Amino acid sequence: MAALLDMAGITKTFPGVRALDRVSFSVEQGEVVGLLGENGAGKSTLMKVLAGVYHADAGQVVWEGKPVAFRTIQEAQQAGISLIFQELNNCPNLKPVDNLFLGRELYRKSGFLDYPAMRRKARELFDHLGVQIDLGVEVRRFSTAVQQMIEIGKALLTNVKLLVMDEPTSSLSDKETDRLFRVIRELKARGTSVVFISHKLNEVFQITDRIVVLRDGQNAGGFESSKGSIDQLISLMVGRDLGSFATEHRTSAPGEELLRVEGLSGGMVHDVSFSLRKGEILGVAGLIGSGRTEMARLLLGADRRQGGRILIEGREARIRNPSEAVAAGIGFVPEDRKVQALVLPMSVRENLTMAIHGLVKRFRAFLSRRKENAVTDEFVKALRIKVAGREQAVKNLSGGNQQKVVIAKWLATKPRILVLDEPTRGIDVAAKAEVHRIVAELADRGVAILLISSELPEILALSDRVLVMHEGRAKAVLDRGQASQETIMGAALASVAR
Amino acid sequence: MDATASAGGRSLGASLLRTKESAILLALLIMMVVIGVIAPRFISGTNLFQVSRQVAFVAIVALGELFVILTGGIDLSVGSIMGWSGVAAAWAMSLGVNPALAVLFGILAGVAMGAINGSLIAFVKVPPFIATLGMLQFAHGNVLGLTKGWPITAIPKSFLWVAQGDFLFVPVPVWIGLVIAVIAHVVLTYTAFGRRTYAIGGNEQATFLSGIDVDRIKFALYMISSACAAVSGIILVSRFSSAQPDTGTGWELDAIAAAVIGGTSLAGGSGSVLGVVIGACIMAVLRNGLVLMRVSPYWHISIIGVVIVLAAVLDVKTKRT
Repeated sequence: MAALLDMAGITKTFPGVRALDRVSFSVEQGEVVGLLGENGAGKSTLMKVLAGVYHADAGQVVWEGKPVAFRTIQEAQQAGISLIFQELNNCPNLKPVDNLFLGRELYRKSGFLDYPAMRRKARELFDHLGVQIDLGVEVRRFSTAVQQMIEIGKALLTNVKLLVMDEPTSSLSDKETDRLFRVIRELKARGTSVVFISHKLNEVFQITDRIVVLRDGQNAGGFESSKGSIDQLISLMVGRDLGSFATEHRTSAPGEELLRVEGLSGGMVHDVSFSLRKGEILGVAGLIGSGRTEMARLLLGADRRQGGRILIEGREARIRNPSEAVAAGIGFVPEDRKVQALVLPMSVRENLTMAIHGLVKRFRAFLSRRKENAVTDEFVKALRIKVAGREQAVKNLSGGNQQKVVIAKWLATKPRILVLDEPTRGIDVAAKAEVHRIVAELADRGVAILLISSELPEILALSDRVLVMHEGRAKAVLDRGQASQETIMGAALASVAR
Repeated sequence: MDATASAGGRSLGASLLRTKESAILLALLIMMVVIGVIAPRFISGTNLFQVSRQVAFVAIVALGELFVILTGGIDLSVGSIMGWSGVAAAWAMSLGVNPALAVLFGILAGVAMGAINGSLIAFVKVPPFIATLGMLQFAHGNVLGLTKGWPITAIPKSFLWVAQGDFLFVPVPVWIGLVIAVIAHVVLTYTAFGRRTYAIGGNEQATFLSGIDVDRIKFALYMISSACAAVSGIILVSRFSSAQPDTGTGWELDAIAAAVIGGTSLAGGSGSVLGVVIGACIMAVLRNGLVLMRVSPYWHISIIGVVIVLAAVLDVKTKRT
């Protein structure tokens, strides 16, 4: 059988970087292919070449037996290739129907939009995908998972033959991931091919037929999913055997209580209480939308608290905004580093010293470049951040290094309490392992850590205790002995099962 | 020269042009040469003296505007605040108040309006465009209401030196503008306040979550903007020997244009004092050049519009590389 897609010898150079070097990649009809590699290995670039976002310097793309070179993403779409990017491309201010039919609206004979027909089709589509979506609400009010379903729906509305998903599960809960996989299997059954790009290795084995690995812009190898192992995959990705990746953290001697939260309420969060000791890592698990991030934002004073007390070392702390939280010794690594944590056009130095202007000030007003440089050098070295120099703009760093800059920004404040929200989302395996190591080291040095994560293995490997949230409430606090994938999911889903 | 540079991309010219300021500085120089060739009177000492004074008035207002635009905001009320502050200072002088104190009073009157802008924008979260659009009307309306449309002409002779005098062969307003430009540059480049101003424009949410009091900074920025407008408005009183109720009308557009021509991004996060000063020079030189080249005044505004858009095109094109 001829391949649906056959890319050969694809080479693409950006100023100073050879992003792709004679890469080959093929997809059969109805096949789900995993495209793996560390950040910067060239996965996204390869897919963007396919879709006409970038133009290859050399190489050939054969689509349905004919050589092609799509000039725009629209041309690729017309040929049956749809991309769902890591960053969702929707209009958050419009409703689901408007997003679904953007650019291919249905009209009445009179020339006005035929909303009843579009709504009917949208409902059919979402029923088919098994998701319930309120069509009367603007898209920005939906969770990432739901927004993604709308994106997939958008692709299905076109005559899609190949669907490329770039890290579709990075912000999904396990349940939502299962639903996505059901949809992918459905697509496969209908003969649609899928390219699945992900950093979650377990999932890749679950859903794909075949795995292709890129490393430093070159083909590193590949195998049939049923015949390979995770270790094999990792060694292909990093080019060396790394043994076990997971950092296991164990608090030897838990310190005294540092933080106590009582009855924290506000927005969707109701009456959350917990305590955190020095050197302890408290994992916060729960489904997407269970209120974990919202709870953290209340703790930080980023959103208005409607009730509850925050006590630090037994004394009530006055935290009404993030600057008071920082003054109280709390650091916060938010879930979306590009949107919430970094000033992308600014340099590594400027981002890294953002929260410590007070420490690098001379005469109470002027920033000391010498001190800024010293702090930057210290943390670039300590966290092994790969940068071209202090003055490199953070937008040009890889995801993993960007995340390290964010973490460094907070370590520079010498926090007593560090809140990490999805600290390893969308970063590659090696960077992930390093972040885990950093977090464990911080706890060893006595920093109290609140670790919010959707990845249960991460929670299980690092946490001393696990707080499970459900619909804005603290559902359970599990000790390490009790915590397992099953008990956590059980608590997270509790009322659903009931 | 700029043609080869933009085509080559790697030459020395290109790397010189990479800094945004040098590109517009080059544009300014070319403009001056062209005007000088067509109307040689342009390069005469007296004319340049006049032009530099004109540059100062616009530049001072535009520098205040720069602070606000750097955060992604806008201040449409600077023109009205010029008039308001000028009238306030002139009124005080007409009552016999010491000119220095009267100037201080005028500046405070302007800053009070800036504080209203700042409170509405930073604390009540009214969009800057709307808040300052309201202030544009409010401040100007107050001037008309209080003066009933009459100018205040009882200005002491000693005060006229501020705009009409010179010091070391340079007009006094130029000195004032230079001092303000240097202070603005130092604040924006070397202080935590300046860094935070750029950071807010680059990513307000990240700045807020880094524990920086974004609201307080924004509040201060609108006061800075109004203070600069007040200074310029008060110097204009000295220049005209009277406070005219209509002084400042439309200046907000010149100030914004100077900032944009100078490479300031209206989206926030990028722009410099040097750029704004060059932008103000371009505006003033263009106006003066059009007069000297005997272009019909009826066409002036149209040509200025073209130049503003050309500057924006240049900015977009150079940024894309």
